[in-house]
Amino acid sequence: MSTRTTLATAARVLRQLRADHRTMALLLVVPTLLMVLLRYVFDGSPATFDRIGQPLLAIFPFVTMFLVTSVAMLRERTSGTLERLLTTPMGKLDLLIGYALAFALTTLAQVAVASTVAFAWLGLDAPGGVVPVVLIALADALLGMALGLFVSAFAATEFQAVQFLPAIVLPQFLLCGLLAPRDQMLDLLRWISNVLPLSYAVDGMTRLRIDGRFTGHVAIDLAVVAGCTVVALALGAATLRRRTA
Amino acid sequence: MTQAAVVVQDLRVDRLGRRALDDLTFEIPPGQITGLLGPSGSGKSTLLRCLVGVQRIRSGEVTVLDKPAGSPGLRRQVGYVTQSPSVYRDLSVGDNLRYFAAVVRARTADAARALEQVGLADRATDLVGNLSGGQQTRVSLACALVGSPALLVLDEPTVGLDPVLRRDLWLMFHRLADAGATLIVSSHVMDEAARCDRLLLLREGRLVADDTPESLRKLTGTPDLEEAFLRLAERSEAAA
Repeated sequence: MSTRTTLATAARVLRQLRADHRTMALLLVVPTLLMVLLRYVFDGSPATFDRIGQPLLAIFPFVTMFLVTSVAMLRERTSGTLERLLTTPMGKLDLLIGYALAFALTTLAQVAVASTVAFAWLGLDAPGGVVPVVLIALADALLGMALGLFVSAFAATEFQAVQFLPAIVLPQFLLCGLLAPRDQMLDLLRWISNVLPLSYAVDGMTRLRIDGRFTGHVAIDLAVVAGCTVVALALGAATLRRRTA
Repeated sequence: MTQAAVVVQDLRVDRLGRRALDDLTFEIPPGQITGLLGPSGSGKSTLLRCLVGVQRIRSGEVTVLDKPAGSPGLRRQVGYVTQSPSVYRDLSVGDNLRYFAAVVRARTADAARALEQVGLADRATDLVGNLSGGQQTRVSLACALVGSPALLVLDEPTVGLDPVLRRDLWLMFHRLADAGATLIVSSHVMDEAARCDRLLLLREGRLVADDTPESLRKLTGTPDLEEAFLRLAERSEAAA
C-alpha cells in the first residue's frame, strides 16, 4: 500500500469525472430532480413521500455509483490501462481505495445537493437527523461501487455493463422493502431479501424514521451494508488479475 | 562477461486453444537494443507480455534482471508500452504523466523530462483524446519512461509515425541504451531491424534467428534484411 499512489488514483478518477461535464451534471442534478418529482407524485399523500423519500436518498447514490464504477472499470480493462497499472508497483488495494475515495467524495456532493433540497425545500421529514441519512447513503454508494467493480469483470462491452443494472440492482430494489414491507412478502421472497444488502440500507432508513434517532439497530444495518461492501470489494480485487491468458 | 538482462528457457504459451509460442530459448544482453521482428500474428506481442509477466504461460522459464518475470521486485525496473496506447484519453497529457509518475514512485520532475524525450513538451495541457494516433503512442511511451526503467519493453512503438519522428525516437532509444538501459522493441517493419544491436526473428511462434544484423546478412549472403528474413524463413520451412 502506498498513500501517494492511492491519493494520486483518487485525484485522477475525480479529474476524469470533472472533465466530463455532462456526467458530472447528471450525477448532481438527477437525484434532486427525481426527489422533486416524487414529492409531487405523492402530493396527495405526504406520508408516503416521507416513507419512501429517505430510503431513496440512499438508493440513488447506490444506483449511480454502480453504473459509473462498472463502466469506469470496464474502460480501464479495455483501454489497457489496468494491465499497465498492474505491471507497476501499484497494489490492487491502492487502486480500489483510490476509486472508493473518489466516489465517496462524489457521493457526498450528490447527497448534499439532494438532501438539502429534500429536507429544506420539499419538506421531507428527518426525525433522526440528517447526518445518519448521509452516513447510510454513503455506505450505499460504496456498496454500489463495490458491486459495479465486481460485475465489470464479467462484462466484455459497455452494453453488457449497463445491462447488469437491471440484473443486479432492480431485483434488490423490488425486494428491499420500499415497494412492499418485507414482513408481508412471500416467505421465499423474504428469505431472498434477507440476503440482499440493499434491504438493510432501507431497513436502517426506516428505523431511523420510526425511532427518530440513531439506534443500535440502525448501526447493525449500517454494519451489514459495510460488510457486504468489503466482501464485494474482495471479490472485485480477485478479478484484477496480473496474469491473463 | 555481463549477465544477460533476459533469459528465456523452453517457453511455451497457448492462446485461444492454439500454440502461440513454441519452445523459445534465448538470452538478451544488457545495455543493448534488441529488435523483435516478425510478421503480424507471429507471437511478438505474446512474447513481450511474457517478459513483463502479464501472460499466462504453459511451460518454461522467463527470467528478467535475475528474477522471475512479473515478480514484485521488477515492477519499478521494467517499463512496458503496449501496442495500442494505454493512457487515459479523457485526461490531459500532463495529468497522465504525473499520474504514472506517482504510480511508479518517480519525481514529478521526471514527468516533464519524459515528455521532453518524446518531443511533446509543448502539448502538456492538451487532452490525450484530441491528439493524433502517433502522438497518443508517444504519450504512452512517455508514461513508461517516467520511471527511468532498466528494461524497456516496447510493442511496435513507431507505428504510424512520420520518418523524422521515427528517426528521433530511435536516436532516443540509442541514448537510453548508451546510458545502460536494455530495450526490447518489436516491429514488423524490416528497415527498423537495421537500427537494432541484435535481432530476434519470430515466425509462427518459433524463433527463426537470434543474431546481430551484421551476421544475419553474412549468414544469408544478402545485404537486405528483409531478404535475409525471407531466406531464413524458407530454410526453417525446409528443415521442418
